[in-house]
Amino acid sequence: MLMATLVLTLMGLALGILLAAAAHFFAVGEGNPLAREIEDKLPGSQCGQCGFPGCGPAADAIATGDASVTCCPPGGRALAEELAKMLNIDPSSLGETPEALTAVINEELCTGCTRCNKACPTDAIVGATKQLHVVYAEACTGCKQCVDTCPEDCISLVTPQIDLTRWHWHKPEAA
Amino acid sequence: MEYLLLLISTSLVNNIVLVKFLGLCPLMGVSGKLSSAWGMSLATAFVLTLSAFLSWMIEHLLLQPLKIEFLRILSFILIIAAVVQFTEISMRKLSPALHQSLGIFLPLITTNCAVLGVALLNITENHNLPQSLMFGLGSALGFLIVMMLFAGMRERLAGANVPALFEGTPISLISAGSLSLIFMGFSGMF
Repeated sequence: MLMATLVLTLMGLALGILLAAAAHFFAVGEGNPLAREIEDKLPGSQCGQCGFPGCGPAADAIATGDASVTCCPPGGRALAEELAKMLNIDPSSLGETPEALTAVINEELCTGCTRCNKACPTDAIVGATKQLHVVYAEACTGCKQCVDTCPEDCISLVTPQIDLTRWHWHKPEAA
Repeated sequence: MEYLLLLISTSLVNNIVLVKFLGLCPLMGVSGKLSSAWGMSLATAFVLTLSAFLSWMIEHLLLQPLKIEFLRILSFILIIAAVVQFTEISMRKLSPALHQSLGIFLPLITTNCAVLGVALLNITENHNLPQSLMFGLGSALGFLIVMMLFAGMRERLAGANVPALFEGTPISLISAGSLSLIFMGFSGMF
């Protein structure tokens, strides 16, 4: 009885250690490491404006070259240049990046229903029930998810003020 | 010669699936497509041979000297599960292409009764180490033959004009039955 228990315990222990060692020595990172690095740079709001189901698939596509580095509107020019540097693409060859947008709530129409608040993937909308909601512009990625949920149609998307991450040289005027 | 005979006898005459009726779940479950049947058969063949070898070692080096043969099923299941896990972990690292094609089938093999059946039959039939290796290999070969035959049949059946009453599972079971009938005929060979 004692022997049987001992043998079974030892066997389980030995196999467990063997498997743990195997898992350690044969560890494989999930997916393409470059894609994971790109995914870390993307905004992570899973807004889907690039045409992919989320930032993960978009990062995979950028890593394999199926998608352009300029495909992310919330990331804007700054992200495109960062990714271009990472992938050794000449930043001057990128062309136009899609314009970054920020949501703005029309204060006169907002009823404080908190629906946009719940829909926002980046928690950029601040406001309690029956209180006026406000968009925290620095966190907003312009993903349009709040626009679709607002029952009052009081959210609009505007081009935000130029700041350091968004500013870039204008194209030279045609002579 | 003896080993060749054992190989033929286990793969055809005493076929693990169609004569001993072990491992019927993958036969019905994974035989819808020829490619997946091939992957499942290869993965099973690998685990079957390896676990037949390891369980023989455990039985003769651990269980019999210590007189704890009643732990046979428990320890064999432990060994099989560990072998399957180890195979999957190492295959994922060493051969990603093979893992891509066999990956999803590997965990399924843990519960394949053919694997445990072969390990237990090795003990009840008093095989020595080379014999049990051959027995494992022959059973794996037999499993592969039957899976490929049956998957090929089902692929053709999918396009055949089967009477409405027999469509799907009934015709699969009937064809498995007739395949089993044919394999029973091998026993007259020797």
